[in-house]
Amino acid sequence: MKLITAIIKPFKLEDVKGALEAAGIHGLTVSEASGFGRQRGHTEVYRGAEYTVDLVPKVRIEVVVDDEDADRVVDAIVGAAQTGRIGDGKVWVSSVESVVRVRTGERGTDAL
Amino acid sequence: MESALDTGNTAWLLTSTALVLLMIPGLAFFYGGMVRQKSVLNMLMMVMGALFVVGVLWTFFGYGMAFGTDAAGVSDNNWIGNVSENIGLANLITDNPEASYPAMAFVAFQAMFACITVGLIAGAIADRARFGAWMVFAGIWATVVYFPVAHWVWASSGWIFKLGVIDFAGGTAVHINAGAAALALAIVLGRRVGWPKQPMKPHNLTLVMIGAGLLWFGWFGFNAGSALAANNASAVVFYNTFIATCAAALAWLLVEKLRDGHATSLGAASGVVAGLVAITPSCSAVTPIGAIIIGVIAGALCALAVGLKYLFKFDDSLDVVGVHLVGGIVGTLLIGFLATDAAPAAVNGLFYGGGLDQLGKQAIGAFAVLGYSLVAALIIGYAIKFTMGFRITEEQEITGIDLAEHAESAYEFGDSGGGGVFAGMGHGHSAARAEEN
Repeated sequence: MKLITAIIKPFKLEDVKGALEAAGIHGLTVSEASGFGRQRGHTEVYRGAEYTVDLVPKVRIEVVVDDEDADRVVDAIVGAAQTGRIGDGKVWVSSVESVVRVRTGERGTDAL
Repeated sequence: MESALDTGNTAWLLTSTALVLLMIPGLAFFYGGMVRQKSVLNMLMMVMGALFVVGVLWTFFGYGMAFGTDAAGVSDNNWIGNVSENIGLANLITDNPEASYPAMAFVAFQAMFACITVGLIAGAIADRARFGAWMVFAGIWATVVYFPVAHWVWASSGWIFKLGVIDFAGGTAVHINAGAAALALAIVLGRRVGWPKQPMKPHNLTLVMIGAGLLWFGWFGFNAGSALAANNASAVVFYNTFIATCAAALAWLLVEKLRDGHATSLGAASGVVAGLVAITPSCSAVTPIGAIIIGVIAGALCALAVGLKYLFKFDDSLDVVGVHLVGGIVGTLLIGFLATDAAPAAVNGLFYGGGLDQLGKQAIGAFAVLGYSLVAALIIGYAIKFTMGFRITEEQEITGIDLAEHAESAYEFGDSGGGGVFAGMGHGHSAARAEEN
């Protein structure tokens, strides 16, 4: 099993969620995040004083999928989240040893 | 005998009093939105706390020091009113059939001015003053500075009043006075941890705009109420207060657009306040076009003046100096140029053939109050600093003054957007916890 973690622009959340549902995933977790990549931050001005804001708001999406679905799901996320401009985000895939469904105690792919 | 009471005047004075009271929470929101999330409650509390303590002192001796007369209505002291016959104000509650409005209406109206003037100072020492020390400062500064200065400027026997200085609603007594004390306290308390390198952004600009709106609304009572009558003067002053403010906000935004590239909402709110400050002394002395000129100059100058603190390295956190001291001086001095005898104050300034006479008087009034308030606030501030202590500890400041001084936090928002799932967690009421044990 694979954990797919995607950091995307907040306004792309609905598009990505739609693409993931279309790709047939069973569930996902969304959280607000902040950080920077090559985009760095931005500058704000209050009463003439400039502030550099390093950490920009992002949304983090986490999905656990079967090994053979991983590439397809990554493509779905990237396809939906891409604007082509700097700051679009990142997606990474990591291996998951075990998953348990809390309600039934099912383990492994049955729990997805 | 028939009563001379004028119901229109009395109703307007009482209404104005309530309007000025509303400026105090308005000021608290204006300031509160500008501080960080961890300090907003303390900022609200400093402004409201000044209201509580000065209100009580006003009753005991503040009114007497500022406006008190003897039983015959006579006051002949240049420096201070009659305190002994006005302690507790019981002498003023009986009906006086010869008065156009009840004495207590004037007492209440002027009480609000004392309270808000002290509250204005709080913006200079955001995030770092011990609440108890601030309350002590508020009481002592009101007693040593505000009450006598109000007498100098507005009582018929006050020396600045007798000099012929025009200060209709408080350019000297309120704004220069509070602005100079703010400068003193910023020096006494020193800079906040991390200032000016660490970003200290306003946490809620919506709150700032709500505060500016309430201030503007209440300011009609502050200025037009100062006519102490519902008449032509109050209407002229009302309109000048409105239009100078619009002009000042435009000027501030224009400076920002040219200098920084964007017209900001904080700039709009600040321009509103700068305009209101500058028109406060001058609203009775100028035409509506004169009011616009005063607004434009105040808006532009204050927008530039808020940068001075970075140049001189004093942490006047919310720009009380840049807005109130500078705006107060601008409004007070411009009377010397723009006053026209067609306006209710009936004096000609330099541009209307009045020569330099009025400008000289205005300058004396402005700088006398500035100097007195600055020196007195430095002495009071250092006295508090070296006895009871004025600042919270560095650790408390970093954690946040709301928690350190009031054991509260302003907002209970889960920032995950999870419908407040985490809101109740890890909190446990202390009584419930005791039961578990």
